[in-house]
Amino acid sequence: MSTTDFTVTPLPRWWQNRVVRKFFGHRLALLGLVMIALLTLACIFGPYLLPYDSLYIDLRARFAPPLTGDHYFGTDPLGRDIAARLLMAGRISLLVGFFAMLLATILGTFIGVVAGYGGRVVNAVLMRLVDGFLSFPTIFMLLALAVALQPSPIMITIIIALTGWMEVARIVEAEVRSLREREFVLAGRMLGLSQAHIMIREILPNCMGPIIVAATLTVARAILLEAYISFLGFGIQPPLPSWGNMLNGAQQYLGSAPWLAIIPGAAITIAVTSFNFIGDGLRDALDVRNDNF
Amino acid sequence: MAAFLFSRFLQSAVLLVIVSIIGFLVLYLMPGGPLSQYALDPGMTQEDIARITEQLGLNRPVHVQYLDWIWGLVQGDWGTSFRDGSPVTQVIARHVPATLLLMGSSTVIAVAIGTWIGIRGATHRYSGFDYIATVGAMIALSIPTFWFGLIGIYVFALRLDWLPAGNMYTIGDGSVLNYLHHLILPSIVLALVHIAIWSRFMRTATLDAISQDFVKTARAKGVSERRVVMKHVVGNALLPMITLAGVQVPSLLTGALVTETVFTWPGMGRLFLDSLGYSDYPVVMGLLMFSALLTIVANLIADITVALVDPRIRLA
Repeated sequence: MSTTDFTVTPLPRWWQNRVVRKFFGHRLALLGLVMIALLTLACIFGPYLLPYDSLYIDLRARFAPPLTGDHYFGTDPLGRDIAARLLMAGRISLLVGFFAMLLATILGTFIGVVAGYGGRVVNAVLMRLVDGFLSFPTIFMLLALAVALQPSPIMITIIIALTGWMEVARIVEAEVRSLREREFVLAGRMLGLSQAHIMIREILPNCMGPIIVAATLTVARAILLEAYISFLGFGIQPPLPSWGNMLNGAQQYLGSAPWLAIIPGAAITIAVTSFNFIGDGLRDALDVRNDNF
Repeated sequence: MAAFLFSRFLQSAVLLVIVSIIGFLVLYLMPGGPLSQYALDPGMTQEDIARITEQLGLNRPVHVQYLDWIWGLVQGDWGTSFRDGSPVTQVIARHVPATLLLMGSSTVIAVAIGTWIGIRGATHRYSGFDYIATVGAMIALSIPTFWFGLIGIYVFALRLDWLPAGNMYTIGDGSVLNYLHHLILPSIVLALVHIAIWSRFMRTATLDAISQDFVKTARAKGVSERRVVMKHVVGNALLPMITLAGVQVPSLLTGALVTETVFTWPGMGRLFLDSLGYSDYPVVMGLLMFSALLTIVANLIADITVALVDPRIRLA
């Protein structure tokens, strides 16, 4: 028997990355990541495992409190299983939140880069546009747009993005403006690279940190906004469930069936808190200038 | 100072123009445009609608209509409500006080609690208190306002029966105490998010002030720590908070709309939602423009106040 043939397995490459290690050292961010992973898995696979369909109406089982038989979270005023609805609603709410973030980030980054790199006039026009959009209370604007355009899930995603790109644009603009006079950009100009090449290939990669952080916080915001307008009845329309519209109408049963209000709201809070925690961890890990949090 | 004021006023004027263009585009997107309420009226034929469109000038080029609309706004002609035919300005004016009362009282709560948490968090940095305040603020920012309102109603109105579940006053009881009693819960609900925001900004501002040279000087002179914090640190840290108060207006209005809905509070938010329900677009547009106007004016006032208080700008 030989005693010499042991090998040291090196730590995987990704683990050696400083950013990754710092992020995983942030306990709350890790908690957020685990929560979102669990929530996503539950929303994807959960509905197949539950005994009831989210749209199955059973008027004999109306208002069953949580833990009645197989209704783990109880039933709603039509006798539909809340657990099943919660997971189906989660699919909608998370998807709307994710895609609204994606659209808002792309739009915000585009406007931010152009404003930051463009001349004084371009900058002034675009940044005043940002100020203009920021002057409207988000909910007022969202509701007005939701009424003006047909509130399908895709349209809701688009209008949430339309009211949520300004923060990203501001962050990117400030970042680009501070980068545009740096040596590597000057070198790029000297080499005769095109404006678009410098903006996309030279400057943009250096702004990724703040963009990623802003994008994470935008998911949280988008989920909240979807919940707000769906709660008010102008967002995702029934029978399609979303966390917000499950709460719509819960107020009138608050005294007799409080779980109708408590459960979907808790799901929203958990999802949004998790994204905020992840955003906070990313900000630490990516060394993004921390203004207020 | 004069130069500052001039450029700041100019900036607000430009912003007003941009906001009005955005507002007009939203108006243009409204289904059926201004005549939508009549489109489904069986008493009106397609020909009638076409004739009225012509009469009201709705077939003119967009920019002409925009200039017409904005000229009306400037002159105080904000249109009439579809619902009861009264002028939009009057309808809005009726609902403004309730919203301002709610926004005012929750701002007082948010500023008082938020500043205290922020100062304490900064002076006891990385303590247990600071950690809990940081995490607590992140959670508070994640709780949907309407849900917090529902939980508040469930606990304090339905279970404990300490506070009313909604409305601004009990009919037949116009006493100040009755108003205050109804104001408590919605103000706290609306304040939650803003306590979180104020505490974070105050913490950052206090930390900035603490590291300044004049604080070291004060300490070196032997000024007591309490006096250093209260006079030198907080005095300087409060300055950026004035700006924050202006910036918070749109977010306060958003919160107010949701809070008013849950508590059936007769303010602008409630009016906005009701008007959407009735397709009362003139009022919807009026509120949209009015809320943006309120934001711009609030930011202007905040910036001027800072300029008056801060000698670095006042004397420049």
